[in-house]
Amino acid sequence: MLRRDLVRLAGGAALGAVASPTLGPIWAARADGPPKRVIVVMLRGAVDGLNVVVPYGEAAYYEARSTIAIQKPGTDNGALELDGHFGLHPALQPLMAMWTDKKLAFIHAAGSPDPSRSHFDAQLYIENGTPGHATTPDGWMNRLLAALPGPRSPTDALSVGPTLPYILKGPVAVANLPLGPKAAAPMAIDRPEIASAFDRLYDGNDKQSEAYRQGRAARTQLVADMASDEQKMADNGAPPANGFPAIAARLAQLVTQDKHIRLAFVSLGGWDTHARQGNDKGQLAGNLKALGTGLAALQQGLGQDWNDTVITVISEFGRTVHENGNGGTDHGHGNVIWVMGGPVKGGKVYGQWPGLGTAQLYQARDLAVTTDYRNPLATIAEKHLRLDDTALAKIFPGLPSAHGDFADILAA
Amino acid sequence: MIAIRALAALCVIWLIAPLPARADAAAGRHIIHVLNRLALGPTAEAVAHVKAVGIDRYIDEQLDPGALPEPAVLTDRLATLDTQGLSASQLFAKYGPQPGETMAGAKPTQEMIDARVKRADSILQQARAARVYRALYGPRQLQEVMVDFWFNHFNVNAYNGFDMLWVGNFENEAIRPHVLGHFRDLVLATAQHPAMLYYLDNQDSTAPGSPSASVLFSDINENYARELMELHTLGVDGGYTQQDVTTLAHILTGWGFNYQSLSAGSGPAFAFIASRHDPSEKTFLGQRIAPGGIEQGIAAIDILAKSPATAHHIAFELAQYFVADQPPPALVDRLTQQFLSGDGDIKAVMKALLTSPEFRDSAGQKYKTPYQYVLSAVRATGGRIKSPTPFLGTMAQLGMPLYLCPTPDGYKNTQDAWLSPSGTTDRTNFATLVGSGALLNYVPPDEQAVHVVAASAAPDAAKPIAVDTEALQALLNPVLSDHTRAAIAESPATLKAALILGSPDFMRR
Repeated sequence: MLRRDLVRLAGGAALGAVASPTLGPIWAARADGPPKRVIVVMLRGAVDGLNVVVPYGEAAYYEARSTIAIQKPGTDNGALELDGHFGLHPALQPLMAMWTDKKLAFIHAAGSPDPSRSHFDAQLYIENGTPGHATTPDGWMNRLLAALPGPRSPTDALSVGPTLPYILKGPVAVANLPLGPKAAAPMAIDRPEIASAFDRLYDGNDKQSEAYRQGRAARTQLVADMASDEQKMADNGAPPANGFPAIAARLAQLVTQDKHIRLAFVSLGGWDTHARQGNDKGQLAGNLKALGTGLAALQQGLGQDWNDTVITVISEFGRTVHENGNGGTDHGHGNVIWVMGGPVKGGKVYGQWPGLGTAQLYQARDLAVTTDYRNPLATIAEKHLRLDDTALAKIFPGLPSAHGDFADILAA
Repeated sequence: MIAIRALAALCVIWLIAPLPARADAAAGRHIIHVLNRLALGPTAEAVAHVKAVGIDRYIDEQLDPGALPEPAVLTDRLATLDTQGLSASQLFAKYGPQPGETMAGAKPTQEMIDARVKRADSILQQARAARVYRALYGPRQLQEVMVDFWFNHFNVNAYNGFDMLWVGNFENEAIRPHVLGHFRDLVLATAQHPAMLYYLDNQDSTAPGSPSASVLFSDINENYARELMELHTLGVDGGYTQQDVTTLAHILTGWGFNYQSLSAGSGPAFAFIASRHDPSEKTFLGQRIAPGGIEQGIAAIDILAKSPATAHHIAFELAQYFVADQPPPALVDRLTQQFLSGDGDIKAVMKALLTSPEFRDSAGQKYKTPYQYVLSAVRATGGRIKSPTPFLGTMAQLGMPLYLCPTPDGYKNTQDAWLSPSGTTDRTNFATLVGSGALLNYVPPDEQAVHVVAASAAPDAAKPIAVDTEALQALLNPVLSDHTRAAIAESPATLKAALILGSPDFMRR
């Protein structure tokens, strides 16, 4: 509590000093208008970014990937044309409307300054926001939430799933909820006499009691939101029972219903394609199709709220430029970050492309990193959530300022 | 320092010793502590047994699981699980792709795929039932706790291709026989099991230009080599380089499936395929590996198993699992030394751990994983269930579906990983359903036929199972706080069992 208040005070003081004319209305709007939202989708296992946003203009790409390359736009099942140099994996067709509408952008050759090729270390650094420092006690999304102005609600930040990921861990209360088909089904502990008996058991100040109370408060609020929405969901045509498209549709329903939710987090697995990853079809294509369909469903479900939402898709590192001996790719370095939403200036592949020539690769095998993954995230926090430098320094401590073209990814 | 602390502890014991009731309470708490860590939670029978033989002897008994006979209540149930006794090759031939399905190159129909998944799923369900029965009814509790520990250390995922066929066999043949044996044997057994060869792709890894290289087997695959060092042995900070990863992958080329055994349904499932191997001399972790075949991989595993980095990594993980999320460094150092001096003798490391003052003084410091929480709740009520399915379902709902951790690092066992708002809600709901007896008696409709078999194996299985609230309270009272006891005392009798099992105290071990 103390720390949160300090952070808020620090933010408030700095804002007062700047006295920017644009900030006043936004502060006021937050109290009763639609909130500015950020949704983070994390692809655990390291997605092969070179087959997501395909550098089809480079001969080296095709030389390195004899069986898994995505063919050039205009060929059968080839990449979808983006900008004359890059193309999109054909399984991501559901996102092309967003691209044409200039609401989808990519930042290529982005990643962590830490060189680890361990999934687990690299994910930790993406989540704690301090690459190379494993002992940071909280995640950057919790620090981001701490920097947002109050009032607080149990559902300010929501993680989809049965556990709480590192990225949201920290002193500010957050909610987590598995969004399965039966998420809103009644439970024995919803009965008042049972709930009050457990409330008595968990009235302390310890971590377990805090988790219990957060769970109770979030469930009460979220279940009410979902129950009131069930009819609407049925009217819209029921989403498929499982998989990311269904989860995305439920998440959209939930956030449009619950104006408190300002941050949301979802993670998806299955990207660690060491063997038989496929090209325009196969393992990676199947996963991308589900992801693209889900992100399109998220946009559709958000309705008007899309205009105030920024969605970003990140992964712990990229994969080797060369395919391995089994039609797969091994652990690499640079990757692509996806950014979409109403406020996004999209239709562009941002970033500084380092090239795929042997001399241009990181350690002669991986796409080099030219954009620190934290810089675009900090840009979103700054321009979309209107956080100042003091707040940004707390969210991503020690982050060197960067002036890549991605700084223009959101309208000022 | 330690001596002073021990002396202080003695003084405290001496001060409270004149009050026999307090001494009894402390002894009772300590027995529950031991059963929370060496077993999947206390039962009334286990507490009585430890009281009778004493804690030291109980630890020795548990360190020698082969000497503990398995009772009929367990063996009768295991006997109903017919796929548990099959070898990896038998499982593949009988339940895997059938002739004319995929291996011949023909594209299988959707019906063929569905039928195959259903066949494989029946094996997975039997493997899960066996794990639950052993944990609930078996006397070799420490062995089963170590199975949970080592399975997660050498994790494979049942939803990864053929591994649905093999995950139970992996546990029965590569993990359980070695959980208190020598670490090097554990590494070798997992390295050569088809479940691991498939999951981390070493089965595919091929020396470029070797006689058996082909389009899809054209070069090495780093996946297993990296995780063998990062997760299984040295640890991520264990001092290896990307070059060591690549070299180890070359060393292990040719470690793969024995296709003859798999199609015949007999013989070892592992083969060293020399025609895919890179036999050249190598330098691995600074040591020379002479030109050769399978012995290169054995030599590399020996180097890894003997490394001080490995000893420290394993010591840390064991201390974290059995003592505290942030284990005392002095304990980790002593266990590291024991691991090295005993040449990876796991039993000796466990003896040092379980008899250490750090272990003794760590009661309640660990937050139960969903697996531990669910099984310990059932055991506390007497351990009788009609079907394992609702309990496996609860583990899945809490984020820990058995045999389905998708990533090779396995499920974590720290509070950070499992304490969450919705997890707490779901645990209290589960406790309510167990406390009322509802879950203990539940048999899913599609298991009624299976249930009849189990019931005939155990004649009393047809009777409804009730929770004895007084017995439950008597069992767990030593570890319930005053606050919890007061809250339970004020609650209706019908809710007391639910509150005990759903208390913050019972969620810790």
